Amino acid sequence: MPRFVARRVAPGSSLKNLTEAWRGKHPVFKQDQCIGCQRCFMGCPEGTIYQLGKKRFDVNLDYCKGCGICANECPVDDIEMVLEAGCEEPVASGGGKGSDAK
Amino acid sequence: MISMLEGSKAVAEAVRLCRPNLVCAYPITPQTHIVEELSRMVADGRLHAGYVLAESEFGAASIVLGGSAVGGRTYTATSSQGLLLMTEVMFNIAGLRLPVVMTCANRAVSAPINIWNDQQDAVSIRDSGWIQLFVEDNQEAIDTHIQAFKIAEQSMIPVMVCMDGYVLTHTLEPVEVPEQEKVDNFLPPYNPSYRLDPNDPFTMGSMVGPDAYMETRYNMHNDMMDARLLIERVARDYEAEFGRWHGGLVETYDMEGADLVLVSMGSLLGTMRDATDELRREGLKVGLLKIRCFRPFPINAVHDAIKDIEVVGVIEKDISLGLEGTLCSEMRSAFCGEESPDISSFVMGLGGRDITVDEIKQVARDLANNPSCRVEFRGLNEELIRGDEH
Amino acid sequence: MEREGRIINLMEPGHTGCAGCGQAIAARLVIRAAGSNVIVANATGCLEVYTTTYPRSAWEVPWIHSLFENPAAVASGIEACLKAMGRYDGIKVIAQAGDGGTADIGIGCLSGMFERRHDILYVCYDNEGYMNTGYQRSSLTPFGARTTTSPSGALSWGNVTRKKNMPLIAVAHGVPYVATATPAEPRDLMRKVQKALQIEGPKYLHILVPCVPGWGYESEETLELARLAVETGLFPVFEIEKGVITKIRKPKERKPVEAYLRPQKRFAHLFQPGNEHLIVEMQQIADENLAIESGPAVLYGTGGVAKELENEEEEIPPKAGSGG
Repeated sequence: MPRFVARRVAPGSSLKNLTEAWRGKHPVFKQDQCIGCQRCFMGCPEGTIYQLGKKRFDVNLDYCKGCGICANECPVDDIEMVLEAGCEEPVASGGGKGSDAK
Repeated sequence: MISMLEGSKAVAEAVRLCRPNLVCAYPITPQTHIVEELSRMVADGRLHAGYVLAESEFGAASIVLGGSAVGGRTYTATSSQGLLLMTEVMFNIAGLRLPVVMTCANRAVSAPINIWNDQQDAVSIRDSGWIQLFVEDNQEAIDTHIQAFKIAEQSMIPVMVCMDGYVLTHTLEPVEVPEQEKVDNFLPPYNPSYRLDPNDPFTMGSMVGPDAYMETRYNMHNDMMDARLLIERVARDYEAEFGRWHGGLVETYDMEGADLVLVSMGSLLGTMRDATDELRREGLKVGLLKIRCFRPFPINAVHDAIKDIEVVGVIEKDISLGLEGTLCSEMRSAFCGEESPDISSFVMGLGGRDITVDEIKQVARDLANNPSCRVEFRGLNEELIRGDEH
Repeated sequence: MEREGRIINLMEPGHTGCAGCGQAIAARLVIRAAGSNVIVANATGCLEVYTTTYPRSAWEVPWIHSLFENPAAVASGIEACLKAMGRYDGIKVIAQAGDGGTADIGIGCLSGMFERRHDILYVCYDNEGYMNTGYQRSSLTPFGARTTTSPSGALSWGNVTRKKNMPLIAVAHGVPYVATATPAEPRDLMRKVQKALQIEGPKYLHILVPCVPGWGYESEETLELARLAVETGLFPVFEIEKGVITKIRKPKERKPVEAYLRPQKRFAHLFQPGNEHLIVEMQQIADENLAIESGPAVLYGTGGVAKELENEEEEIPPKAGSGG
């Protein structure tokens, strides 16, 4: 009888891999000014922001890597990035916004 | 009913009888007649299969991979340069455990470019994880292609049927084409659960790291070794159903009391049988060993066939440059750490050079006189060897 | 992830893509728009590696990875075989790859798929380099960009060639629907996917996806940069339907190319003294792009080196052997 390894991998099995430890910050959804544009929800590379209502979104922190796109995209500043406990603001890597460094 | 059929057409008939869902190949001499015949069959409605005209052999192999991945029975054919071009996909198909069947119309490889028959192409990718069967004549080509689909689908290992280009593909021989009903009986429809289907989604072709890659390869190897029994069994089942036997993994000829055995693969065996008969009449006790299954290599069958023989000569149409003929090296592996016959490598017929009965007889006589282990190219033009750049 | 018994993500989280990965955003949108009645053939590349490292897979749809250069061919086989077996009802076949797998190593198979008119949507995730293997130059790396194989140094100033015009190559094959998009306009992207899937025949969708480590920027800026690429004109967004350019995105507020170049480390060398002409050339490319009008698609943009160099009297930096 033939035997197989890694021939069929279960769909959606990546959900077992929590990527929360990647981040130094996470978004806080203030749910105060939200206009329901869905830019946070559609812009999340992980797919870990979910919609609770027409103007209510929140994040499943199991998978958030803290990229900050949601907060950056929100047109009404209703999302704020806060540092993880024990994390410090990273030193500017030189070459981000407006830098002329090599 | 016996028909006079060109080897290529005979293969096309066999493939048609197996009811493939998808046929896709890129033309290359000397395989062209096979794919042309199949396309004629599709155009006339004799073969109901998807027929895709690929942009290269690489594309063709990838296309049949895709077809097999959705549960289709798929077929392709190639030779020489085409086989080398699709090598990446060959390893991929084997690793994905897809039961693709292909014909390799054996042809020499570039450079220099040469379109005539030798077996360098197929032996060069013997590590790929494909089962490789070599056929001796056009009848065996028909029968082996039908067996190939069954072997592939039961083992989930792709199968390559090798037939000597031009020598078999372009030669008319009397053959019996089996009846559709009998083939349907022998080869049920392919209906795997292992297929891409929105109703049962899964991921095929993961990246596997050092933590699991070895185990996948181990299983592939093991399953290949187990396939030796399967290949033998399918050949016997075929004999029971259709009444024809061409050997299982190997076949022997006239081994009774043999002092010396000659070994080969493919169409040359036909000529060697004649040579053996003549040598026996001349008083030289020669036997023949036909290697029908090259991968998985039948070490046990080979061992048993020649363990009591003192001198063995492997005549083959390939050379692993820097060592010897590959079949010869493989033969030696059947005798690990124990006393083995003296096994010599005779490289002949490269690039389509004809091999005559007399040349084969001379090999046997030379071996009888001097049985020492050696590697020899036979039938060389001494003048040319000296080089042509003066 | 399931909510109320429904799977809501067809590409699930838990994948190991970089934080802020533009391709992840785009790929999620593509599969969201395509739905679950699909079969996806994916090339080797970032997306493949970070979504399907054994034993995990992010995909909730049937998905196959074969090799780097053959998703178009594998998809062709899938489509042809499903049709031959009579199992094709409503299934959408999608082939996807990065810019390397599309424009370079994969272009042969892609051309075959286009030419044979398979009913397949081909998606190119263009992050403008071979990012998975370490940010090397591809034929879709833009003029002036630094990559690990087209670095800027004492004698060179980065990539010397312009982007290979993949949308027009598709049009030249007679592909009935060709479109470009970015994940900065997610609804536009999804609309294009859905529109494409309604059309029979080959379709080509080219999506610009910023790459955090490859382009060198802060992860939160991914969509901002994608937006700037469109607003400066460096990445034109349009649809070409049966050879006619329609629906060109004209930015409401046009921005100079510097706004897009400054935030990215891969363009940092352009701001050194002596390299002004490179930015001029890039502005020219942007201007040409924004001059595209609706109407029959004509050949625009030339591959080749900066025209300014013809007039330079001072030492001309030799072309850094990148095969331009």
